[in-house]
Amino acid sequence: MMRKTLRRIAALLTAAGLAGTVALATPAGAQELSDLPKQKWTFNGPFGAFDLASVQRGFGVYLNVCSNCHSMTLLHYRDLAGIGLSPEQIKAVAATQQVPLGLDDQGQEVIGPATPASQFRSPFPNEKAARAALNGALPPDLSVIFNAREGHGDYIYGLLTGYEDAPKDFTLQPGLYYNEWFAGHQIAMPQPLHDGQVEFPGGAPNKVSDMAYDVVNFLAWAANPEMVERKQIGVRVVLFLALMTGLTYAVKRQIWADVH
Amino acid sequence: MAGLHKSELTNPVIKWIDTRMPVFTMMQKEYGTFPTPKNFNYFWNFGALAMINLMIMIVTGIFLAMNYQPNTAMAFDSVQRIMRDVNFGWLLRYVHQNGASMFFIVVYIHIFRGLYYGSYKYPRELLWMIGVVLLILMMATAFMGYVLPWGQMSYWGATVITNLFSAFPIVGEPIVTWLWGGFSVDNPTLNRFFSLHYLLPFVIVGVTFLHVAALHITGSNNPLGIDVKSPQDTLPFHPYYTIKDSVGMCVYLMIFAALVFFAPNLLGDPNNFIPANPLQTPADIVPEWYFLPFYAILRSVPNKLGGVCMMFGSLLVLFVLPWLDTSPVRSARFRPIYRQLIWLWVLSAVALGVVGAHPPSGIWVAIGRVATAYYFLHFLVILPVLGKLERPLPLPESISRPVIGGGGGPMPSGATAKPMEKA
Repeated sequence: MMRKTLRRIAALLTAAGLAGTVALATPAGAQELSDLPKQKWTFNGPFGAFDLASVQRGFGVYLNVCSNCHSMTLLHYRDLAGIGLSPEQIKAVAATQQVPLGLDDQGQEVIGPATPASQFRSPFPNEKAARAALNGALPPDLSVIFNAREGHGDYIYGLLTGYEDAPKDFTLQPGLYYNEWFAGHQIAMPQPLHDGQVEFPGGAPNKVSDMAYDVVNFLAWAANPEMVERKQIGVRVVLFLALMTGLTYAVKRQIWADVH
Repeated sequence: MAGLHKSELTNPVIKWIDTRMPVFTMMQKEYGTFPTPKNFNYFWNFGALAMINLMIMIVTGIFLAMNYQPNTAMAFDSVQRIMRDVNFGWLLRYVHQNGASMFFIVVYIHIFRGLYYGSYKYPRELLWMIGVVLLILMMATAFMGYVLPWGQMSYWGATVITNLFSAFPIVGEPIVTWLWGGFSVDNPTLNRFFSLHYLLPFVIVGVTFLHVAALHITGSNNPLGIDVKSPQDTLPFHPYYTIKDSVGMCVYLMIFAALVFFAPNLLGDPNNFIPANPLQTPADIVPEWYFLPFYAILRSVPNKLGGVCMMFGSLLVLFVLPWLDTSPVRSARFRPIYRQLIWLWVLSAVALGVVGAHPPSGIWVAIGRVATAYYFLHFLVILPVLGKLERPLPLPESISRPVIGGGGGPMPSGATAKPMEKA
């Protein structure tokens, strides 16, 4: 954030003509992250909270689409209590996933339905298996991807909705796809979301932009599951400290009244 | 029986202890009745704030260490586990992480206070030098702490910074190998950094004790920069400054809490949420904000060894500051030219911070070089010369005098610049 502000100052200075002779090291045609369209996220701001219905839909998209290639090793099915699933729902969701359950008495690896204590199922056993299956590409783990990308939600939303045909003068490497917001525009992930791809219970809208919004909400929660509790405690702590500051200052005035 | 202490305390248990080991008398003397100049402004809060910050870091750090795994295969995940599965682990971790930034904010303001009011001058030179030692220890601790979460910036920051030592001819490469415990930043490096990151804060506690001990010999400086002349000029530390420090502490904690609870990753780098990958270098490697000015100095010099020397020099020059500044007047209030130039120095330091956040190309190189030049020029040329040329304003006769005469009103007209008594 701070670096972004600094970059904005840089942009201003550049605009002011200070750097008329300077070519900033940006590849020609690349979009600046600062140009990312800003979406409205319910989790922004000191009182912001997650839109849990959207987070749950996002989890649905993850389960049906993203999880075919992306792991989320830092999450366990039990964590889904945080997005409002009941213990029964968590058990049911976990049971649909086949995960390694350790070794049996013969020393053989056991694969079976996950329990709430299991890690989210990883699509590939290791990096090499992923690369072998995906044309050399390694899909990043999504546990904290929301925090790990500059632009956060706006970037992920932009990426998921940013698939287009490459401009005519752009040479795309074979096996890569053109994306407006990916650095260098060539991304190994084919367009993951398509209109109407995932059916939501209750018939919530499921165009690409709707699903991208839901996925971002889910990833924001996954990376910062403590956020709502943190902000709630924060409001109380800051109010308490404001009160203490006032009180302490009053006592200080009292004590210092006789000096001079 | 070699001298039992004659305790004046009344509680029989405390008196019994105090007679044999007069810690209560000492506390009473050093923090109770300790005569303190009566004219401190809120800049004098920051020493106490630094002490509080150090304690917060040690306490949160001890609990984090109970759950952290200093192993390259587990470090990143173990930090995330602390955030997710340890009771209030996210709070411990975010307090510790943002506590580092708060610590530097507090200490940088504390240093600025010293520079503005001439706290480094006679008789407080040693006090100041111990302070510089503390700053360097703190930087080393913060650097090694940042490596522990083993994200991309942790790894690459550690690689870049440890590699600086390779600039020194002949001994450079062996030093780097020795620091790493191998031929690249790897598990041995992480292990020793964890060990040292746990050790150094206690060294800081010890050196802080010396810092405070030296302070209590010379007594505090004050915004007028003149010596305490009579008991009228002072107040007992308690309750006057315990309460004034408490006001500052509440405000400080409020800012700290706002950062921790509402924007815990504001000052961090998104790249450090990517696990360390020795095969993939991030687009820009940037240190944490509090190192940016030094990083900018490093990169402003085209020669690696030169850059490294300048970077270390920018800290080492502070050791000799008491002798570089030839003016006998401490407080900038009475130094009309210094009072302007110190802000120019602050501007150069801030500019270096901004430059450090950018790739070293184009206009940033030029700004970085000018700011680096001024940073050193200020200490090495301007201060020695200015002390001889500048005509200081008349100094007040005593701390209590201008207060009695209506608080900062016109100085007694006859008084000319009276140099500090040297010894």
